[in-house]
Parts: sequence; C-alpha cells; structure tokens
Amino acid sequence: MTYQFDFGAVLAYWPLLLEGIWTTLRLTFFSTVFGILIGAFCAVIRTGGSSWARAVISLYVEFIRNTPLLVQAYFLIFGIASLGIRLPILVGATIALTVNIGAYTTEIVRAGIESIHRGQLEAATCLGLSRTQTYLHVVIRPALERVYPALSSQYVLLMLASSIVSSVGVEELFGMSNRIQSETFRNFEIFVVLGIIYLLLAMLVRTGFTLLGLAMFPRRRKLGTSL
Amino acid sequence: MNSAFILSLLKGLWGTIVLSLLTFLFGGLIGFVIALARISPIAAVSRAAAAYIEITQGLPLLVLMGLCFYGPSIFGYDSFSPLAAATFALTLYASAYLGEIWRGCIQAVAKPQWEAAECLGFTRWQRMRAVILPQALRIAIPPTVGFMVQIVKNTSIASLVVGYAELSYNAKIINNATFQPFLYFGIAALMYFAICYPLSVQSRALERKLNVGHR
Amino acid sequence: MSAIVELKDVRKSFGNLEVLRGVTFNVNRGEVAAIIGQSGSGKSTALRCMDRLETIQGGSMLICGHQLHDDDVDLKSLRRDVGMVFQSYNLFPHLTVVQNIMLAPRMVKGIKAKEAREIADTVISKVGLREKMDYYPEQLSGGQQQRVAIARSLAMEPKLMLFDEVTSALDPQLTGEVLRVMEQLAADGMTMILVTHEMAFARKVADRVIYMRDGKVHEMGSSDILRTPATPELASFVSESAEH
Repeated sequence: MTYQFDFGAVLAYWPLLLEGIWTTLRLTFFSTVFGILIGAFCAVIRTGGSSWARAVISLYVEFIRNTPLLVQAYFLIFGIASLGIRLPILVGATIALTVNIGAYTTEIVRAGIESIHRGQLEAATCLGLSRTQTYLHVVIRPALERVYPALSSQYVLLMLASSIVSSVGVEELFGMSNRIQSETFRNFEIFVVLGIIYLLLAMLVRTGFTLLGLAMFPRRRKLGTSL
Repeated sequence: MNSAFILSLLKGLWGTIVLSLLTFLFGGLIGFVIALARISPIAAVSRAAAAYIEITQGLPLLVLMGLCFYGPSIFGYDSFSPLAAATFALTLYASAYLGEIWRGCIQAVAKPQWEAAECLGFTRWQRMRAVILPQALRIAIPPTVGFMVQIVKNTSIASLVVGYAELSYNAKIINNATFQPFLYFGIAALMYFAICYPLSVQSRALERKLNVGHR
Repeated sequence: MSAIVELKDVRKSFGNLEVLRGVTFNVNRGEVAAIIGQSGSGKSTALRCMDRLETIQGGSMLICGHQLHDDDVDLKSLRRDVGMVFQSYNLFPHLTVVQNIMLAPRMVKGIKAKEAREIADTVISKVGLREKMDYYPEQLSGGQQQRVAIARSLAMEPKLMLFDEVTSALDPQLTGEVLRVMEQLAADGMTMILVTHEMAFARKVADRVIYMRDGKVHEMGSSDILRTPATPELASFVSESAEH
C-alpha cells in the first residue's frame, strides 16, 4: 500500500460541496411536494375515475416504473430542448424527477386507498358527506397515514436518485464531483466524501419525514402505533 | 431512423442484459449470505450485516460506482474494466436489497416452524435447510422477480461514472450524433420496458397466486 | 300517528339472486320497529335500502317524505333525516371521538367549530362517554365504540335511526351497555328501526316486530307475536333463538 490518501484536497472545496448539498436538497424538496400532489391526484383517479382515465394513469405508472430514471431524464430534458423550449436546467431536472416519483407515489397511495374499508365510505355516506368530502377526510388522510412509512422510504430513495440528474448537467452534490475531480484528480477520496455526505443527507431526510409525520398525524404522535 | 443506430441500440441492449445477469448472479450469492448473517444468533455478525445493508442502501448507486471504479487501483490492483467495476458496484447494491428481502421471507416462515423443528431435535443448519428455506423460497420468488426489474433499470447508471457501454450509453451517443432525443431515447425506453414489464407482471401474478394459496 | 316509513312491494336483486321479493310495511313516528329473521332473509338489505346504500328495483319506499325510487331523490337531505349505525361501528380511526362526532355537522351542515363542539358534548353525554372525548377509537372497547357511533349519528339530529345488527360483534357484557343507550333513545321518542338478534330486547322495547323470511314479511305485529306467534315458522324461529 503506497497510496497516500489526501482528503484535505477534496475538503478544500467545501464551498462547492455545500452548494451541491443545497441544490440536492432543493431538488428533493420540490420533487417531493409536486410528486405527492401528482401521486395523490393520480391515485384518486386510479381508484375512482372513469375507465379511460384509469387506463391513462395505469399506462403512465407502468411505463415509468418499468424504465430507468436516467432514460426518462434524457428523454424529457433533451426532448424539451429539441423542441426549442429553453428551460432552466433545474426546472427540467425537477420535472424529470417529479414525473418519475409521481408514478411511484401513485402506486403507494393507491394501495393505501384500497386498504380503506368499505364500511368507512358507507359511514361517511350515511352522515351525508359529499363524495369530495368523503375522499378528503375519510379516504385520503387515513390512506396517507397508513402508507406514510413506505412513502418516506421512497422519498429517501428519490434524494439518492437525484444524483442521476448530474448526467444532464445539473450541479447538485454529485455533479460537483466532476469539477473537483478535474482539479484535484483525487477520484477515490471524492467518492468517499460524497458517500459520507449522502449517508448523512439520507439520515436528515428520513428524520425530516419522521418529524413531518408526527406533525401531520396526531393519532400517530399520541399513540405511536401505525394505522 | 438509421439501421446502424438501431443495431447499436440492440448491442447496448445486449450489454444491459449481460450486466443484469452478472449482477443477479453475484448479488444473489452475496445477498443470500447477508440474509443468513442478518438472522445469525451471533449479535456481532447480525449487526455487521445490518450495517452493511444500512450503508449500502444509504448511498447513491453512482457513488458506489465511483468507489468500485477508482478503489481497486488504490489498493494495488490493476484498475477494473468498466464491466467489472459496474458488476462490482451493482453486486453490492443488489446484495443489500436482496439480503433484506430474503431475511424478511425467512423470518416470515421461521417463527412458528422454528419451534416445531426444534422439538424434532434438528440442528440449527438442518432446520434451516430442511424446513425453513424450502418454504421461504416459495414466498421469496415474487419479490425477487420484482427486484430484477430494479436491477435491469439500475444497470443504466453504469453508463455514467464507469462508462460501460450498455443501452443508455449507446442511446446517448446516438443522440449526440443525431439530436433526435424523442426518437432514440424513446426506442431505448421501449427496449427497457420490453424486459421489465413482463417481469413486473410475472411478479404480481406470482404474488397473487401465493396469496390465494395461503388462504 | 303518521307513517314516517312506508314500504310497498319493495323488490331488490343482486344479479340473479332476488333478495327482497315484495316487502310491505309501515313504521309510524316515534315507533320502535324490530326486524328479525334468519340470515339471508333480506332484513339487512331492506334496512340498507332505507338509507339508499342500496337502490331498490321495484315497488316504492317513502322515508321521512323522500320517495326513494325517484332518480332525483335529494340524497343530502335524506341523509340528514336518517341516521345509520353499523355492526362494525365504522368509526374513523384517524379521528378522536369528538372529531368523529363533529365531522358531519361541520362538513354537511356548515356548523361552526364551537357550536359543533357543544353538540358533541350533548350527544356524547347521552351515551355516557364524556370522559372519552379525546380518545381514539382503537383505545375504546367495542361497546364504547358503538356508543360513539350512535352519538355520531345523533349529532346530525336525525328523524329516523337505523340500527344494523349493532350488537352482533359484541360479547354479552358490552351488548348490555349499547342496548341501554338504545332503550333510552326509544324512551326519548326517537323513531328507530333495528335489525337484531336480541329477542329479549325486541320483546321489551319494540312497538312493532317484523319477521322476515325469504325476502318477504312473513309475520308482523306488536311484540306480542314473539310470545304467541301465529305462524309455525316464527314459532320455530323464536324457540331456536331462545336456545342460543
């Protein structure tokens, strides 16, 4: 073993790393918000919409879940550019990640909705709640509470997978590695540092979801049991 | 559309298939060891396996690729070929997930059966081989087939850091030459879909069959 | 006395299976009617039709002034007038007791939170569970959950309450506490229709007993028919029930 590790050379670029972390977190945040909205919307249609609308949603879900994120990102980002539309690269990346995570969210939320017992719907109906009110208060909320652990894991994976958009030129955390690499040639050390940062970020995102879950679901906070 | 480009995509597809099979083979072997280690009665072994899973699942695959590509030369080995490095990284990734999936399957059948087998006076390994594993295998098949889809999709990442020429890589090269992203990435996506969708369908069908059998 | 419920020759099938084959009876305001019969006799289906959880296919059904066979029946006001309590309680598991009760008054009637809270106070006291206001359903016994479900219906101030085998999932001790609440409701003058297996309760509280068999009303009268049945079928049903 003659190799001399030099982590200092990599860590000297901490402002770049910090900038990358900030971009990664922003990407993850916006894709999470839009992804949950799209996923919940599509899951409602998937379980209660007209038959053609269900077919469209299921086509979307199956296609996204059975192709790689990388190819989806290439298709969308280079595709949009080829139409002559100029989007800021971060917007394009957010669209690609949202389209992707939306499909996974749809499947998870759908499973949650389908786990709601028919008796719950009947009780709401008999109390006079409209279809929309029933969906909002008696279906979606408990469904989200039930699948919240699965959703959290999926969104931690999203944060990790957001590294893939570095390939279309986004300078998020992983994208920064190219720049540091070309200036320091400390390839291995860079990946070790990135690995540690990503592990910490994964813990951060997971903790964020846990706290958010406690804030959103008072039943869980009080009883500590899952629905 | 150009037939040379289509041929290049098909060659890329072959690269994807080769890498997927290698990953499944090695990932499966190591994953099995991880699963057994995870349920080991020796606390240190089980904790080490848990840490392995935790760390591997907390890293982006791209970082694993980088570590596996640049790591070996540092430790005095010749640098890995793109295929070797990609297989190495994907094996780490797959073994962590498969280990966790299979641990769940083994434990699902283990509890009640374990005690029954204990009463019959089997040793731990005999119990495992004769009683637990054959049943665990049955419930492990649907999620394992489902995970194959993840493997195939994630081989696309081997086109980035290590530069292994598989389907996404070749599609990107063609796009650089033609600038027809919708066409060539569309075809590449359909090729991935053609492999992954049947696996997904099969996984769900097996899952349903298993559930019916259990009732 | 005026009829608040009028069924005339009501018919209902599920696929090829004819479940209601011409059901006719009335229930007057303030009356307690008990529908009894073997499982499969159509008694639960008849009850579910009254709140339009199932639609009828023939005959006519007039509930609190709403003609249920009409396509343009005002479901919203029908459901304000009719309360329903289920065998499996169907409380909303993610809401506390008081939130369960307040949900419909706030959503359906648009009542302000403070006022809805007062309504919840009143109805929860009626079922004797004031100290459980902020509990979640899973923290309550089956009997308590069912009493909350009754309170939840009462909060909408219905003119008619339907009870679908509400004690069937409960063991005898817990059954007693639910039946006492229902007895009190009857004493307060609530119009109630209950599908039940509790013969003793029917005998004691019901003004009218309806014995259903094979999708039809087989025998009907005051609770005296449980003591002196006119048909041999009801006689054997009553004696079978007594054995259990």
